[in-house]
Amino acid sequence: MGPEASATELLAALASGATSALALTEAALARIRAVDGHLGAWLRTDEASALETAARIDRRRELGQPLGPLAGLPVGVKDMICTRGMETTASSRILEGFVPPYDATVVERLRAADAIVLGKLAMDEFAMGSSSERSLRGPVRNPWDLERVPGGSSGGSAVALASGTCPLTLGTDTGGSIRQPAAFCGVAGLKPTYGRVSRQGVIAYASSLDQVGPMARSVRDLALLLQVIAGHDPRDATSLPDPVPDYQAVLDRPVDGLRVGVPAEYFQEGLDPAVELAVRAAEDTLRGEGAVLVPVSLPHTRYAIAAYYLIATAEASSNLARYDGVRYGHRTAEPTGDIDTLYSRTRAEGFGPEVKRRIILGTFALSSGYYDAYYLRAQKVRTLVRRDFAQAFERCDVICGPTSPVGPWRIGERSGDPLAMYLTDIYTVPANLAGLPCLSVPCGVDSSGMPVGLQLIGPPLGEATLLGAAHAFERATGHAARRPPEVHP
Amino acid sequence: MSAAGWEAVIGLEIHVQLATRTKIFCATEASRDGAEPNTLVDPVTLGMPGVLPVLNREVVELAIRLGLALGCTIAPRSRFSRKHYFYPDLPKGYQISQYDEPLCTGGAIVTEVDGEERRFRLTRIHLEEDAGKTVHDALRNRSLVDYNRAGVPLVETVSEPDLRSPADAMAYMKAMHRIVTALGVSDGNMEQGNFRCDANVSVRRVGDPRLGTKVELKNINSFRFVGRGLEHEIARQVDVLEAGGHLVQETRLWDEAAGVTRPMRTKEMAHDYRYFPDPDLMVLEVDEAWIERVRATLPELPRARTQRFVDALGLSAYDADVLTQSAARADYFEAVAQAVGDPKLAANWIQGELLGLLNKDGLDIEASPVPAERLAELLVLLRDERLSSKMAKACFAEMFSSSVAPADWLAAHGAQITDEDTLRAMVAAALDAHPDEVAGFHAGKAQLLGFFVGQVMKQSRGKANPQRVNQLVRSQLEERR
Repeated sequence: MGPEASATELLAALASGATSALALTEAALARIRAVDGHLGAWLRTDEASALETAARIDRRRELGQPLGPLAGLPVGVKDMICTRGMETTASSRILEGFVPPYDATVVERLRAADAIVLGKLAMDEFAMGSSSERSLRGPVRNPWDLERVPGGSSGGSAVALASGTCPLTLGTDTGGSIRQPAAFCGVAGLKPTYGRVSRQGVIAYASSLDQVGPMARSVRDLALLLQVIAGHDPRDATSLPDPVPDYQAVLDRPVDGLRVGVPAEYFQEGLDPAVELAVRAAEDTLRGEGAVLVPVSLPHTRYAIAAYYLIATAEASSNLARYDGVRYGHRTAEPTGDIDTLYSRTRAEGFGPEVKRRIILGTFALSSGYYDAYYLRAQKVRTLVRRDFAQAFERCDVICGPTSPVGPWRIGERSGDPLAMYLTDIYTVPANLAGLPCLSVPCGVDSSGMPVGLQLIGPPLGEATLLGAAHAFERATGHAARRPPEVHP
Repeated sequence: MSAAGWEAVIGLEIHVQLATRTKIFCATEASRDGAEPNTLVDPVTLGMPGVLPVLNREVVELAIRLGLALGCTIAPRSRFSRKHYFYPDLPKGYQISQYDEPLCTGGAIVTEVDGEERRFRLTRIHLEEDAGKTVHDALRNRSLVDYNRAGVPLVETVSEPDLRSPADAMAYMKAMHRIVTALGVSDGNMEQGNFRCDANVSVRRVGDPRLGTKVELKNINSFRFVGRGLEHEIARQVDVLEAGGHLVQETRLWDEAAGVTRPMRTKEMAHDYRYFPDPDLMVLEVDEAWIERVRATLPELPRARTQRFVDALGLSAYDADVLTQSAARADYFEAVAQAVGDPKLAANWIQGELLGLLNKDGLDIEASPVPAERLAELLVLLRDERLSSKMAKACFAEMFSSSVAPADWLAAHGAQITDEDTLRAMVAAALDAHPDEVAGFHAGKAQLLGFFVGQVMKQSRGKANPQRVNQLVRSQLEERR
């Protein structure tokens, strides 16, 4: 049994001695070497440290010592998340060579659970993108069709799972960056309630929207990983103090009578008919499982994209100000006579075009004289979006709809038109604006045979309900079992 | 004031470093004497990727303390914003600072200017983090940055434009300094930049309700610089206007050596700080219970203490003012006064003897080689006439230089002679030894009285009680007439 098996199966195999952490880690590293050259999901692995950790866990198991809930499982971590002693770049040249002297809280928790941190996963630079075409090592490819994008920004995290190189990965989601690549690659991904998972040590893109979340090939594995990373962190002031429920225990709860809200606004112009077909079929499946479909309305959805791109870019322009070449990361090699030239050359060389575009947009939105018209206005829209959801959740328990209006596009197809790319985030950004938990699970294919994702959105701290509904759906269909064709050299 | 017919309008912004153990947003020590550059740093201080600020509760506590002492309204909800500008000593590219929703609003400083009580209103007090320090090494043509100071907690206190003269500004600044140190919210160390002042100043014709063009004046980080800097800036503005010129809104630096203010940047060069609420920090909520807990720990404030020294301890207004210049000085005085039971005596000695010697050595009262208990021991001996005041002064000088205990000094030198019979015999012996002088006195040479007193003091090697000797000489001379 290798890294293509589910985390749940692997834990059983490890416990029974059918495999060892070392064997599993070696197999995962071998698979990365065999297939990832064509995919580009892994930016870097730390083989020595992974093998050493694996051997240590095996030894502890032999000695009968207590082990953590992920003992021996190789896990991939999006490069947005700091790993102590392992280069962390956010897929950006400006952080090339940066080795954090600290772990993000989520990585500390992985290590405390005896997971094996295998390496760092590719992404759009600073998580700014929906295609993972702007990774440090070139575009990441979708294993279902190497000419197509895997989605983004957590494209590497989704591809690593779809290509069977490891059973669990961490992604980050600011406007859909976990859910959309999960949908595009036929895997599962969950963005928790804002504050449910610590952001400490996670490179900031847009602080009021960013969340780390689990990605896996099944809902059960998703619950397993969420259980480990969720919980209060005193080092993150926005972290929620609420206790963490047992997510696995509620997975098999029947969805009988579950009220599933279907927002009319999520099925409008621009939605690919094949995607709509798959999502409508998923609704039928849920109804078949005993859920009740309830029409709901989220009238401010149409303003969400504009509000999102103002708030996210404004915060990004601020968060990325620290990358100045003074203390760490890239610094221009060109001679600079003064500090302003040092800044501008360093930043011109270090940031890619999409990052620059968003810094400029955000700087503008916060400028004196424009703040009220843009940033403040966007915050008001955010309040309205949040209110939409609050009202909808008076009538339903979860909201369902498509994760993305379209399936994976061809690499390069949308690169020249950033606005068109932004618009594909239409169904994912509202949940970030409202801070709500949401996930994506596979629900079929589009007209090109590429995976389509079903999105479920829950009320604040409704992760357990979401996982329960998704698990019921997954069991009722065969979508989660579908694997992409093997990648051949 | 410079020229007749003009008045100045001044507002002060004073940055006060709070005396917390750790920095405002992380657990690193806030300061340490003699710390090497970049030793009080950590990932949060250095603005490394992904790390987050967590507000230090003690910072809020000290700011509430100051706010309450100044009569401010403490906001139940206040907020931190990000103020953006690029500079190497600003690690994150922004400073976290309260902007549109500060912790404290209103309040006032009440103090005396030229013997008249004045009330200067405060606009606000807000919390913020300090930046690091850039050092330009001209010799090797490079710049070095020390981040020890980055993330050190500050409050910025902003006054209303209620001040009208450099004297007002100095009085306001001194009163603020006295209050922050008395409260223990800051050490107020001005050399180390822990209490720094900027001024906004404009001038207008007396009677004109409109405000003139204001100049922000920087580098006035001592009471003296504030006085002199403002004086020169006001004179400069009046000169420009009287010559028919126009002022520009700008920031100027006081050049103490040259005695002029120099332009630093104009309004057009001003930064757009792009303030927005910091999404990494929650709204700061302060409930009534917290405010009341802090209020209960407030010490007596300097002005109240001054007043009490006058009303309850019978000191002159002048003495009370001198003795409440700092909390340490007032504490010292009260300890001595209480132990001796004679506030007047304690006040005289502290002002006359102790402060004189301390000033000469450039020492603060906290560093006095004579602690309050020791001075009290000495004054008790003086009060009980075991020492004459001359002996006490000699003893004090030795206590100051070699920290001898008054009791030991007394043992070595012998106590003052106050025994009536002994003194009577000594006086009689002196008169017997000088019959000619006695006759001279009786013939009208009244100044010979001092001669006999001197003889007795010499005989007793200074230890006879001089007042008693004086009385006895007088009475025995009369008896022998």
